[in-house]
Amino acid sequence: MKRCVYINDNDLSEDLYCDNRISNRKYTVLNFLPKNLWEQFSRFMNQYFLLIACLQLWPLITPVNPASTWGPLIFIFAVSASKEAWDDYNRYLSDKKANEREVWVVKQGIKRHIKAQDIHVGNIVWLRENDEVPCDLVLLGTSEQQGVCYVETAALDGETDLKTRTIPAACMGIASELLHKIKGVIECPNPDKDIRRFDANLRLFPPFIDNDFCPLTINNTLLQSCYLRNTEWACGVAVYTGNETKLGMSRGIPEPKLTAVDAMIDKLTGAIFLFQIVVVFVLGIAGNVWKNTEARKQWYVQYPDEGPWYELLVIPLRFELLCSIMIPISIKVSLDLVKSLYAKFIDWDVEMYDQETSTPSHAANTAISEDLGQVEYILTDKTGTLTENRMILRRCCINGIFYGNESGDALKDVELLNAVSNNSPDVIRFLTVMAICNTVVPTKSKSGAISYKAQSQDEDALVRAASHLHMTFFNKNANILEINLNGSIIHYELLDTLEFTSDRKRMSVVVKDCQNGKIFLLSKGADEAILPYACSGQQIRTFIEAVEHYAQLGLRTLCLAWRELKEDEYREWSLLFKEANSTLVDREWRLAEVCQRLEHDLEILGVTAIEDRLQDGVPETIETLRKAGINFWMLTGDKQSTAIQIALSCNFISPEPKGQLLLITGKTEDEVSRSLERVLLTMRITTSEPKDVAFVVDGWALEIAIKHHRKAFTDLAILSRTAICCRVTPSQKAQLVEILKSCDYRTLAIGDGGNDVRMIQQADIGVGISGREGLQAARAADYSIGKFKFLKRLILVHGRYSYNRTAFLSQYSFYKSLVICFIQILFSFISGISGTSLFNSVSLMAYNVFYTSIPVLVSVLDKDLNERTVMQHPQILFYCQAGRLLNPSTFAGWFGRSLFHAIVVFIVSIHAYAYEKSEMEEVAMVALSGCIWLQAFVVALETNSFTILQHLAIWGNLAAFYIINFMVSTLPSSGMYTIMFRLCRQPSYWITMFLIVVAGMGPVFALKYFRYTYRSSAINKLQQAERLGGPILSLGNVESQSRTIEKDVAPLSITQSKSRSPVYEPLLSDSASTRRSLGATPFDFFQSSQSRLSSSSYTRNKNN
Amino acid sequence: MNLKGATSSAADGGNDPPAPKRNSKKPKYSRFTQQELPACKPILTPGWVITTFIFIGIIFIPIGLVSLFASERVVEIVDRYDKDCVPLNYSENMLAFIQSNETNKTCTRTLEVPKHMKNPVYVYYQLDNFYQNHRRYVKSRSDKQLRSKESETDTSSCNPEGTTPGGSPIVPCGLIAWSLFNDTYGFSINNQVLEVSKKNIAWKSDQDSKFGSDVFPKNFQNGSLIGGAKLDDKKPLSEQEDLIVWMRTAALPTFRKLYGKIEVDLEAKQVITVVIQNNYNTYSFGGKKKLVLSTTTWIGGKNDFLGIAYLTVGGMCLFFAISFILVYVIKPRPLGDPSFLSWNRNPSGHPN
Repeated sequence: MKRCVYINDNDLSEDLYCDNRISNRKYTVLNFLPKNLWEQFSRFMNQYFLLIACLQLWPLITPVNPASTWGPLIFIFAVSASKEAWDDYNRYLSDKKANEREVWVVKQGIKRHIKAQDIHVGNIVWLRENDEVPCDLVLLGTSEQQGVCYVETAALDGETDLKTRTIPAACMGIASELLHKIKGVIECPNPDKDIRRFDANLRLFPPFIDNDFCPLTINNTLLQSCYLRNTEWACGVAVYTGNETKLGMSRGIPEPKLTAVDAMIDKLTGAIFLFQIVVVFVLGIAGNVWKNTEARKQWYVQYPDEGPWYELLVIPLRFELLCSIMIPISIKVSLDLVKSLYAKFIDWDVEMYDQETSTPSHAANTAISEDLGQVEYILTDKTGTLTENRMILRRCCINGIFYGNESGDALKDVELLNAVSNNSPDVIRFLTVMAICNTVVPTKSKSGAISYKAQSQDEDALVRAASHLHMTFFNKNANILEINLNGSIIHYELLDTLEFTSDRKRMSVVVKDCQNGKIFLLSKGADEAILPYACSGQQIRTFIEAVEHYAQLGLRTLCLAWRELKEDEYREWSLLFKEANSTLVDREWRLAEVCQRLEHDLEILGVTAIEDRLQDGVPETIETLRKAGINFWMLTGDKQSTAIQIALSCNFISPEPKGQLLLITGKTEDEVSRSLERVLLTMRITTSEPKDVAFVVDGWALEIAIKHHRKAFTDLAILSRTAICCRVTPSQKAQLVEILKSCDYRTLAIGDGGNDVRMIQQADIGVGISGREGLQAARAADYSIGKFKFLKRLILVHGRYSYNRTAFLSQYSFYKSLVICFIQILFSFISGISGTSLFNSVSLMAYNVFYTSIPVLVSVLDKDLNERTVMQHPQILFYCQAGRLLNPSTFAGWFGRSLFHAIVVFIVSIHAYAYEKSEMEEVAMVALSGCIWLQAFVVALETNSFTILQHLAIWGNLAAFYIINFMVSTLPSSGMYTIMFRLCRQPSYWITMFLIVVAGMGPVFALKYFRYTYRSSAINKLQQAERLGGPILSLGNVESQSRTIEKDVAPLSITQSKSRSPVYEPLLSDSASTRRSLGATPFDFFQSSQSRLSSSSYTRNKNN
Repeated sequence: MNLKGATSSAADGGNDPPAPKRNSKKPKYSRFTQQELPACKPILTPGWVITTFIFIGIIFIPIGLVSLFASERVVEIVDRYDKDCVPLNYSENMLAFIQSNETNKTCTRTLEVPKHMKNPVYVYYQLDNFYQNHRRYVKSRSDKQLRSKESETDTSSCNPEGTTPGGSPIVPCGLIAWSLFNDTYGFSINNQVLEVSKKNIAWKSDQDSKFGSDVFPKNFQNGSLIGGAKLDDKKPLSEQEDLIVWMRTAALPTFRKLYGKIEVDLEAKQVITVVIQNNYNTYSFGGKKKLVLSTTTWIGGKNDFLGIAYLTVGGMCLFFAISFILVYVIKPRPLGDPSFLSWNRNPSGHPN
């Protein structure tokens, strides 16, 4: 399964592979109608309505005018179809924009400007700096001498750092003029969506020398939708085009999300449908029996002796149509309507408006607000989501001297600035390491401002800090690094980069000072990876203290070190390094070993402390949401120690001994399996204890665990309320979401970067933070918010209200349809089970569409509890999570109520309007108005807070009912002509209405009162407390106080536990960034009140 | 060279303050959009609930009594004649009697007025077990045809009494008209004929707008199967008040239809002689026929239902009120005590 791409050969591959036209469209003009209808009709409800509408076309069985069903049906379909069409049109426009972008392509040996959609496999495409790559290319040449170019792959994998791509060895050194004459063949696999793999090879044809196969990897490619950066030009040959690119293959229209509430409504609809079938069946049989025994005697009905063959079916089908209103057609429309209003409320919320970045919250998906109230698991990204992703150097310790301790900002420390201007050698060396021991690429904009492209935010922070301290790394010209120190320019030649790996926990560069030719090794890394390699004479105690001190403040520490290398030593080592670099087996290990040879006897220069500030309000948000019973998982691409550190500082996990961390580690299947089993065992044992147990897993172990021990891992997922997964890839994030979803949990994924996009799309609810890593996540998400802290309000306020409101609205919709349907059924018992409709078509349609839908629509303004009360008692969310307000048993309550009300209305109207008054239209109108009166009071009884709009809608609707019927009663052609006027003149009509209301509502009211007072739910209790102005406010204070005390009592015995038993993993391993010790002055470096809590606890512990 | 993309670096992030003009993105504040409309939030306190129930009970019982009293004031004479008007020799086969053309259908009944009946006294016929609301029956009419002459042929909904076998339309068509009630009553007191007015017994609105003054009966009751009464071909439908009354179909299988009005007072102990032409067949389905003379009050005819229902519901409300008071006294329960919240009792803080 290979494809052969002939470079520059237009005849061969033209027809073989598709062109570069991108299409994300779902429909074309021609197939829109059939395809869209087909999709709409794949929903059960729609099939049902269509069936009913079709049956109604048969006049023999229809009780009412078919228009009463066809009208709403067509309306509903038209609305959803036009929405789809609009979305698809927008997709078409964006495709078109991408397809018609102009690119330079070599055609018949000449460079031409053509549209992106006309690129074919085998074409050579030329790109300039900052161009978007139009299709998957194999790099052939670049402007850079070394044959490298830089790309930004954010759109593909969400990583914002620049990646280096190199041209294949075979193409090295081909002059740029010759590039478009190049001929050759690339053997590559068929298109797939793996963006990390490209196993191909290239052979160039003569006259280009290298006649051998040259292997190609992903490093030789430019993938679609990446951007070329910091490289003047690059060119490549198209290997995958159009929708066959790596990006195109992994693209897919995300499936529409269905909320749990929707699923429940569907289930209930199914149940009602079954009930309806039973009713139809029973009444159908009864009707046929009655017809054969009684109706035949009734000469005035004139039943023929011999009917057509379908006669037996007629009565059941009539009942089917009569009962079809049991499933309200209006429910979909009203739900769509209120859902879009929920979404609007989110958009409008000023309290979820981020002042700093001036981003309002936005609900892109208007259909899933209820799910927010039912979230059970939140999977969160770390960097940029919990933290601000804005690393700033706050303190440093240079050769034993602490800078920034007083002001909390080393960059403003006068002593340090003085030291820099005095050219203090220690400080200069320190700054040099900060500035150049990294893989940062500086770029200069037109205005002369320098910006940095860094793989890690830490490096970025260090370089920028160095620049603030007048050591500006301003240019990287191939291997020459240029530094501006206080105005004088220093050149260094970069000889080797000893890259960072998570095992080594350090990185080093070997540079040559261009002025004196001295060679230096510059290293930076975690303390445990640097300090042990200090040269024997150096006192490292101060550094250890510094590291401990900083780590305890929650700062990320790095140790900087250097060593001067002897020329021969370097040369010797350089050979080894080159050799190790080209090994094929165990390369990483070999490299590490070689690096180790160089990285010893280091002279420690100092310690940097970088702050990645937690976002405002993160700890409280997490605490509140955890109290609400939501479980948190942190999925981060970051390293384990940082993840644990952040998790600790934002209440994600509790410090020992309240919390316990279990590590799942291992490189092989066996190790992982053992580790997993151990963790599972511990987890099972500790579930009974009131302990916060969390497991920690890294990407590698996760990969194995998911692949081979999915069952065990799933068990673990169910058991643990907290998890930290570090070093996970975007697809693993999505897999984790998948696992939780498969356990039937409602998941919410929140992230800010492109690497979270898949997780966001996979989860039941995706929330994007419009953050510093761009808007990709926000665009893919269902909800986008400006800050993590808004999540609290999104879930507790908007999600909860939405759920409550939808729960009421949907059940009420069924209730009102059932009432009218039960009346029809009851009426059939006194009309010879013949399927007569008591109500006329106009009333039936208006009942569903006008009379009963408006009052319930304003229930979107209903608030059972104050926002403040909910925030103080987040536990109340449990009612939503567990689906307490909408489930078969609550539904049964509504069902019973509808039956009761139908019986009341029916009995009262046929008895009050008996004998000479039993005229059909009048009785129907009495029954209908009875229903309307009851509806008004039911809505009123179920409303918790009446705003003016609710009063207007409920009582205005009642008035509107009379006005509409007065109007209809003036039309001589209508069946209801004069009926309403006649009724309203009769005192007995009003007496009857009054009776219906009190007889219908009295018991319901009494029952509600009884349950409210003597069997009250937590919601009721809070309502009572809130509205009676009771002790609720003070309660919140008491709670937080007790929490503080509790925290104080818990000793922070973290550093002591250094022993590592295989099962019991102490919360904090002895890594630099996570080490905490006691005895520090409180610092308010978190802006939150949580910091007050934690810092006060530090103080107290100190005092102990 | 386009450098716009390059500045979007992650490293440039100074704390540049948001430009003031960007603040336009901020959602506008209004009480509606923030869901902060002033709201009244009633809660069900015992005081309110008990007061409501007592109040309703206190209103309901007098209304019930008044309704019952009004209903009691109605004087009503009901005479079931379907069985008694069949000669004894036909009592085993009443169907044959009613279907025969030879039998004498005249029947004389005497009614005693129990109390003074103030005019107008309404004369009704009551049919029991007659399903005017049967679907096949209730749909078998053509309102258009009744209304105007132009729609004479609009008989599609009238099956099986739409057209004659020849295909010409029947006016008025349909089963309802076809089965028009055809018993007649002649009233007399002491051999003095008691005038029964047949004018204005139908709804005025029906006469004016539903039944055309230019529509005359045609082909009516001409078929082999005779249903009920025949109509005077000379009179337009709008004047055929018996038909109009009959065409107002009843919702219940037991119903009364206005036959006429006696516009003189009837004194107590007066004996009314009624000569009944017992033509209408209710025997085949065991239906009853009754002759009803009744006065009315503001509440309508004699119907105790509303009064009894009001008393019952009022009593029920009072019962609720009293039992709630009792429960409140016996087992007082402070409202809104947060210590009852499950998570406040459960220190682990997780509501499970």
